[in-house]
Amino acid sequence: MKKPLTRWSAAIAATALVISACGSDDAAEPAEDTETEEAAETEEEASDEGDAEASDDAAGAACGTDATKVGFLYVGPKDDFGYNQAAFEAATEMGERLDVEIIHAENVPETVEDAVPVMEDMIAQGATIIFPTSFGHFLPGVEVAAANPDVCVVHQGQLEASLDAPLDNLGTYFSSVFEPVYLAGIAAGAATETNTLGFVYAFPIPQTLQNISAFQLGAQTVNPDVTTIAISTTDWCDPAKQAQAAQTLLDQGADVLTQHQDCTKTIIETAEAAGAFSVGYHYDASELAPNGWLTGSDWAWTDLYADIVSTMQSGGFVESEYNGDYRIGYSDVDAPFVAFEPSTIGAAVDEETQALMTEALDQFFVDEDGDGVGDFAVFSGPLADRDGVERLADGETPNYVELDGVFSDPWLVAGVEGSLG
Amino acid sequence: MIEAICIGAVRGGTSIVFASLGETVTERSGVVNLGMEGSMLAGALAAYAVGIETGSVWLGAAAGMAAGLALSLVHAFLVLVRGANQIATGLAVTFLGLGITALYGQSYVSQGVNAFEVVPVPILSDIPFVGAVIFNHDPLTYLSFVAVPLLWWFLFHTSTGLRLRASGEGPGVLSAMGISPSASRWLAISAGGALAGLGGAQLATAFARTWSEDMVAGRGFIAVALVIFAGWNPLLTIVGAYLFSGAVAFQLELQANGTGISIFLLDAIPYVVVIVVLAALSRRRRHAAPAALDDVFQVDATLV
Repeated sequence: MKKPLTRWSAAIAATALVISACGSDDAAEPAEDTETEEAAETEEEASDEGDAEASDDAAGAACGTDATKVGFLYVGPKDDFGYNQAAFEAATEMGERLDVEIIHAENVPETVEDAVPVMEDMIAQGATIIFPTSFGHFLPGVEVAAANPDVCVVHQGQLEASLDAPLDNLGTYFSSVFEPVYLAGIAAGAATETNTLGFVYAFPIPQTLQNISAFQLGAQTVNPDVTTIAISTTDWCDPAKQAQAAQTLLDQGADVLTQHQDCTKTIIETAEAAGAFSVGYHYDASELAPNGWLTGSDWAWTDLYADIVSTMQSGGFVESEYNGDYRIGYSDVDAPFVAFEPSTIGAAVDEETQALMTEALDQFFVDEDGDGVGDFAVFSGPLADRDGVERLADGETPNYVELDGVFSDPWLVAGVEGSLG
Repeated sequence: MIEAICIGAVRGGTSIVFASLGETVTERSGVVNLGMEGSMLAGALAAYAVGIETGSVWLGAAAGMAAGLALSLVHAFLVLVRGANQIATGLAVTFLGLGITALYGQSYVSQGVNAFEVVPVPILSDIPFVGAVIFNHDPLTYLSFVAVPLLWWFLFHTSTGLRLRASGEGPGVLSAMGISPSASRWLAISAGGALAGLGGAQLATAFARTWSEDMVAGRGFIAVALVIFAGWNPLLTIVGAYLFSGAVAFQLELQANGTGISIFLLDAIPYVVVIVVLAALSRRRRHAAPAALDDVFQVDATLV
C-alpha cells in the first residue's frame, strides 16, 4: 500500500510541475508532500483558477484527468473461474479503493463491430478511462482511442508497439504470468507418473506460447523425461470443446492438465473426474478439484489497476510508463507490486516439491548486480525452439516487452508436442 | 487412436443426437425449426440451474426438456397460429434463447453442479473396444441409444407417427380426411423442442459440467444440417452426429500428435466434413424430404 501511494504522489508532483510550468502565475502551487486527495483537490483548483489557455493545454495533454467513471470490457462472463473473473473482481476493488464508478460490460466479442459501440456507450455515460481487457479487444480499443483523444484507453495484453503510430491516449500493460506458470510446471513435473502433461490453449499468441513453454521448462527442471502436449480449442471459452480436448489429452496419457482458457471450470472438472491432476490458471479454482489440485497462476490486478487509474486522474498518463507497453513481473525486483498472487498449493504436492517451488520463486528476486532486474529469467539464451532453430542467442535475456516480440512468430520449446499455428 | 476418436464421437455427439432427433420429428411434420440452438441453450441452463437448486440431475434433465419445449412453443405459435415465416421465426427463437439464457444464466456461471457421472455397464464395458466406446458413458448417452430406435418406431409404426408424417407429406390430403395437420405439428414442434432441451441438458450437466453463455456454440445448427444428411430418418441422425463429433475428436488427435498442419485448418475439419457430406448427398436426399417443406422456402408460404 505504501509504495503505490509514494508513486501516486510522485506522479502527481510531476503533473503539478507540468501544470505550474504552463499554467498562469496565479495558480496555486501544490505542495509536494501533501496527501494524494489533497493534492488532487489542489490541482483541480489550479486548473479551475487557471486561464483558458492552461485548461486547454491540460485537456489536450492528459486524457482521463479527474476521471470519475471507468469502463471495463470483458470478453466473457464475470464469474468464469478465470481471466474475466480475476479482472472483474480487481476492477470492482479498484473502484471501491479510489471511489470511482466502474461501468462493467461482460461478454463483449473481440470485433470492432461489437466492442467499439460498447466503449462509445461507456464514453457517452461519462467514462474517460477504458480498460478493454481481452487480447482481441485491442484493435477496437485503438479505434476508440483515436476517435476520443480525451479518453484514456489501456489495453490488457497486446503491445502498442505493434501499431504503426503510437497514440498519446493509448497504453498497454500485462504481467509476466509465465513466471508463476513456470513454478506450477515444477509441481506438474514432479506429480506426473506418465511423464506427460496436457495443455489446452485457445490461440497461438505470445502470452500463450510463453505459458506453454514456461510450463515445460519448469517441469523439466525436476523431471528430465517430461513432455507437454498442447492442443488448441481456437476459442477462449467453448466448454464442450474443452471437455473433448481434455479427454483427448487424457487419452494420450496426460495425467496433469492445465490450460490457457478464459473459463477454466470444465477442464479442471474433467481432470478431477478422471483422477488426473489439475494446474489452474487465472483464478484459484482449487475448490473444483479437492483431490487433484496442484497449484495455479492467479491474477491480482487491483494494485496495478489502481495505480494506472490514479496516474490518469492526476493527469500524468502521457508522461507515465503506462503510456506505452508496460510489463511487470517477478524480475522487477523494485516494483511495488506484481499482478499475481500465490495460488493454493494442493495436498498432492509433497513438501520436497514445495521446497523446490519456493527455491525457484526466490531465485527470481536475486539481483546481485543491483540493476533492479532479477538475474534469473525463464527465457534466456541460448534457447532453441523444438525444431532446433535458435531463438535466443547465448547470453541474450530479453525483457518482458521484447519477449512478446520474440514470440510474435509462433514457436515452442523442445519437449512440447502438438500442432502449432 | 481409433478407439479414442470413437469414444470422443459418442461422448461429444450425444447432445447433437438429441437435437437432431428433435429436428427430424419437427421437419417430418412439415415445419422447419431453426430455433433448436435456442432450445438447446434453454435446456442447458434450465438443467444446470434446476440441478443446482434441487440437487437432482434427473430433475434438471426434466427441466431442460421443459425449457426446450417452452421455447419451441414460441415457434409453434408464430408459425402455426400467426402464419409467420418459419426461417425468420426459427432464427428469432434462437436469438431469444441466447438472450434469455445469457440474462438468467449469469448467476450460475461459477456454480458447481452434481453432474451426471459416467456409469460403466457391468460386464459389457469390459468388452475390448466396444465396451469403451459404447458401454462407458453417462445415463443420458444411454438414453440417446434408446431414443433413436424408439423415435424411428414411433414415426413409422404408430398411427400418431403416421399422421405426423402425413402432415409433412400431404397436409392437404390429411385436411380432406377431416384431420387437422396442425395438431400433429404442435406435437412435433413441442417434442422437437423437448429433445433439443435434453441435448442441451446433456451438454451442460453431463459433458461440459458447466454453464456458460452461448455454450452450445452452433451445435443446434449442425443438428439441423444433419437431418438432411440423415434423410429425415432417426436411425441415421445418430450416424451424422457421431460423424461430426468424431471429426472434432479426430482433429484434436491430429493436433496432439503434432502433424504440422495449422490448428486453424484442423479446426475446420468437422465443418468441412458436414459440408462435403451434404454436397454429396443432398441431390439423392431430395426425394426423402417431407413434401410440405418445399412450401417453407416459398416467399408467401403459410401453413394454416
